[in-house]
Amino acid sequence: MIKAKHILGGIAALLVAGAALAAGADLGQAQKQETNWTAIVMFAIFVGITLWITKWAATKTKTAADFYTAGGGITGFQNGLAIAGDYMSAASFLGISGLVFGSGFDGLIFSIGWLVGWPVITFLMAERLRNLGKFTFADVAGYRFDPGPIRSFAACGSLVVVAFYLIAQMVGAGQLIKLLFGLDYLYAVMLVGIIMMTYVLFGGMTATTWVQIIKACMLLAGATFMALAVMFQFGFSPEAMFTKAVEVHSKHDAIMSPGALINDPISAISVGMALMFGTAGLPHILMRFFTVPSAKEARKSVAWATTWIGYFYILTFIIGFGAITNLIPNPADYFVGGDLAKGLKGGGNMAAVHLAKAVGGDMFMGFISAVAFATILAVVAGLTLSGASAVSHDLYASVWRHGNVDSATELRVSRITTVCLGIFAVALGVVFEKQNVAFMVMLAFAVACSANFPVLFMSVLWKDCTTKGAVAGGTVGLISSVALTVLSPAVWEASFGNPKGSALFPYASSAIFSMTAAFLVIYIVSKLDNSAQAKKERALFPAQLIRSETGVGSSSASGH
Amino acid sequence: MKDQDIVERIQKNPKFFEFVRMRNNYSYVLSALMLIAYFGYILLIAFDKQLLATKMAAGATMSIGIPMGVGVLVFTIVITAIYVRRANSEFDAIKDEIVKEASK
Repeated sequence: MIKAKHILGGIAALLVAGAALAAGADLGQAQKQETNWTAIVMFAIFVGITLWITKWAATKTKTAADFYTAGGGITGFQNGLAIAGDYMSAASFLGISGLVFGSGFDGLIFSIGWLVGWPVITFLMAERLRNLGKFTFADVAGYRFDPGPIRSFAACGSLVVVAFYLIAQMVGAGQLIKLLFGLDYLYAVMLVGIIMMTYVLFGGMTATTWVQIIKACMLLAGATFMALAVMFQFGFSPEAMFTKAVEVHSKHDAIMSPGALINDPISAISVGMALMFGTAGLPHILMRFFTVPSAKEARKSVAWATTWIGYFYILTFIIGFGAITNLIPNPADYFVGGDLAKGLKGGGNMAAVHLAKAVGGDMFMGFISAVAFATILAVVAGLTLSGASAVSHDLYASVWRHGNVDSATELRVSRITTVCLGIFAVALGVVFEKQNVAFMVMLAFAVACSANFPVLFMSVLWKDCTTKGAVAGGTVGLISSVALTVLSPAVWEASFGNPKGSALFPYASSAIFSMTAAFLVIYIVSKLDNSAQAKKERALFPAQLIRSETGVGSSSASGH
Repeated sequence: MKDQDIVERIQKNPKFFEFVRMRNNYSYVLSALMLIAYFGYILLIAFDKQLLATKMAAGATMSIGIPMGVGVLVFTIVITAIYVRRANSEFDAIKDEIVKEASK
């Protein structure tokens, strides 16, 4: 237990360092809890319903377009819920409420960072993505660029982000199942791998989207109930809630002011940039814009997604304070050995789960545990699908076969890739079991904002951008973001265990340097590029502009 | 009419470029507002923690940083909704008009 606490303490330190952690699911090395049959039964019901939906979705998944984008038949409202589901992961629920439970105000700062990328996606990307793209974000950059290099690069960018994210999710799943269900790590990893593969293989994007929608509704309903129950205790007065929290919390009034989360301005800006622009470079989020029939619906989806995610973060804040006021006065029920100093049973990330028991009893706690675990399943399915489309659509169909491939073959390649990715994910989960993988999500965001986002942004909005510029800049962004993140204190010292002060890169995030470098290299290399190919690409810009702004000639994503 | 011809006609229509410029300016202004709101809040914390820890009123527990933070969350939702509402009505109407003209 001391070891578990020590490592959880390390994770808390990482959070404090401003690590981009909460969207992933790293929950540290968790101690196995008692077998929780209520949660297991509820989870089994969830799996049953979603497999039934997958069976229905399978009848609708006949072409590659159905597989990648659900045939473009998802409405803006449904897609908004699905995007919100992708974003409200187990750790943004358990992690942020745990952070609020531990340090109050800082949890709020953290959740704001996760939301502010959405307006930028709405204003600058959503509609253009929908109009230019078909199945993957490489379609967008590939509109006027040389398909070989740009798609190879985009597929690499996608797969790197997907791999880092998958590791964090799989290890998170294993740790979570020990905490929530009281089952073994290996069961969790296998279970997630098999169920997720079933969703993606048979139901494609249709099943993945509906699993995500159901999960999002369950999570929002559960969190709303908890927040209302807490507010009810205080006659719906936030002031009364805060007063009680300050009275019982060991840090007292310090939970009402910003703590150690943000210290130096460079790190603050850099972390902010990674969160804000990284969201606009995550392949499993970007691919959701191709599932709606029009630009109008694409805009509606982000408006709904932003609303639900923002609402959810406000709920998490209340839940964190509710945990302070409900759990701390009853140490015997919720703390290790009934001792406040020894921390919550199962660690700080269990604050929301314990609060569920306090306000709703065992049944409700089972429900919340099942929802938290279902969350991982849904996110992993989305990640696998985006990885599979990068391989089958970009690498296989476009680069290797130069687009001369029929839908049935492409679909078969997607399914084979899905199985490979599923096995790969389970293997990663097993290999990384004992590792501290908190930094994997930071890496994913660093790569997304430094490699994928600049290439997308410049190819769509800057007329002089060329293939050489985009590939060179994207590559610089990819390499520098990985290198600087590994050399930052949160990874080099906290995760790899090197002595304090030995990290070569002093800031919490690489974004301010790696993203700027990517943009600069794209600019310079494109400006210097005077090849015939570059001239051809620049000449295509007006046609691309018209399509991106009006949707004329854009794919209906139906593929029929 | 083929898409290719429509594209060529739109390319000759000055109204299209005027429309793109207008909408882009609107997008950039809103993006700038969002950046100012978020980075302003973060930098306020980085440079002056005490300011945000100030109490709402004498004797109160809540600090002004909390409603401000929730304010940034709400601002994010509202600014997105404002853009989407205008884009889905006014901008789409202008765009449809331009496409219709080119399709004749």
